[in-house]
Amino acid sequence: MSNFKISVRQFGVHAILVEWPNKVDESILDEILQFIQYLKKNQLSEKEWEFVPAYNSLTLICKDTVLDFDYFKPKIKEWYSLIKKVSHATRYLWRLPVSYDLEFGLDLQEISSQLGLEVNRIIELHSKSIYTVYGIGFLPGFMYLGGVPEALEVPRKSTPRSKVPAGSVGLAGKQTGIYPQDSPGGWNIIGKCPIPMFNVKNENPCFVTVGDQIQFYPISMAEYQLHKIEAEVGIYNIEKIVLNA
Amino acid sequence: MLNILKSGFFTTVQDTGRFGYRDKGVPVAGVMDSFSTSKVNTLLENDEKCAVLEITMTGPKLEFEEDTYIVLGGAEMSVTLNDIALENYKVYKVKSGDILSYGKLEKGFRAYLGIKDGFNTELVLGSRSFFKPITNKDSIKKMPDLPYATCKQFNPKISELKVDSVLDKSVLEVYKGPEYKLLTDNQLGKLFYREFSVANENNRMAYQLNETIEENKVSMLTSATLPGTVQLTPSGKLIVLMKDGQTTGGYPRILQLSDMAMSILAQKRSGDHIKFKLK
Repeated sequence: MSNFKISVRQFGVHAILVEWPNKVDESILDEILQFIQYLKKNQLSEKEWEFVPAYNSLTLICKDTVLDFDYFKPKIKEWYSLIKKVSHATRYLWRLPVSYDLEFGLDLQEISSQLGLEVNRIIELHSKSIYTVYGIGFLPGFMYLGGVPEALEVPRKSTPRSKVPAGSVGLAGKQTGIYPQDSPGGWNIIGKCPIPMFNVKNENPCFVTVGDQIQFYPISMAEYQLHKIEAEVGIYNIEKIVLNA
Repeated sequence: MLNILKSGFFTTVQDTGRFGYRDKGVPVAGVMDSFSTSKVNTLLENDEKCAVLEITMTGPKLEFEEDTYIVLGGAEMSVTLNDIALENYKVYKVKSGDILSYGKLEKGFRAYLGIKDGFNTELVLGSRSFFKPITNKDSIKKMPDLPYATCKQFNPKISELKVDSVLDKSVLEVYKGPEYKLLTDNQLGKLFYREFSVANENNRMAYQLNETIEENKVSMLTSATLPGTVQLTPSGKLIVLMKDGQTTGGYPRILQLSDMAMSILAQKRSGDHIKFKLK
């Protein structure tokens, strides 16, 4: 453990930013998650602290207190050196249904010609891949997913849409993801997922956690309609596989 | 109930915000000017978490159904209770049937209406702060009324407060942000020696500033942002994230506003001038 050199920086008076080497890397993400686990169990109470991981960084936010950075800087480095064998938080692979029907996949034909790939091949590549959740942000429940195959790398749209419907699955550059709410957006829309990514009625409003994995699988329009109703009445069970049992 | 006869331009219920959900992408929300709000709740001897009305630019017209006590704060507006003019930071008793009307905005941008024991609107993820789509409503527009508890008798320890108001201030004290080191001498010169004006694009999510500094082409991995984070966009524009601001971002975070600076900026509107000062 503690394979990487970290930097600890002050971020205003209520937050501390811990950074790992500047790259997208599963092993970095893994250490960040273990560090969060260690801190929550041993050092920083979840009642007072928030832990926001994203790619190569972890931001620790203490809501009310003005932090004594000179105290925390060496402490955080020390704590990081202490983590050896911490039990991992359970991580899941979530399998999410997506209808790639052209009614939802507004840009499928457009990117098919841009990429020189048949629509069916795009769907196959997109749903075959397993994506890692490197961060959640931008909108409540919006996942930053890494792992888009090179063949699917396509620039974002030159003119963003003023309203992308909630559930839309987008593709842009090295990223793919689901718009959890109606929102303006510049990603190419290739399908729609009937399962809401964010629901305030649930105690945990977003079932996905940073470090989880996502796989999409194609469904028909009829299945989309069915799953949408099932999700609305709360009887849809999202398929998940435990990754680190 | 507090009957809403007119809603005003943009009036919301806010408390100290939503904590513990930033890792799911949920902004903190909460009052924009926490300095003024804390005075309001203090006078009412309320818990600091009590929800108030945040009144932006033009105010509502409201009718009280039950007796209670109120305090006004923040921006200065001409406010009357049944035609009697009220002042900020004074405890007033209101009776069933009383009508509170907001008139002209005199100074500042966001006024606050505090009520004894706070507004009892729905708690969503631990907070009453309006933020769509976490809450169904994004303002009190189209809402018929707001719930609050009756209070017949309250003897405030202090009945009025002289507040060193944030309204006249324009210097924002800031800390160095995580990407402060990327700034060149030229950029630093502009950042701290010139005045900036608030752009038309200003709301609870973010305040954009009109004047630009040298552009910055550095690309970084998406990382956490906070209320008060000043981002530098690739075109050299400065964006100050406010209480409803997104929880992550990919632009360099060059400065971080102090809590007081957040309150000062929350009272500014399009065209108003501000200056940054390193703390």
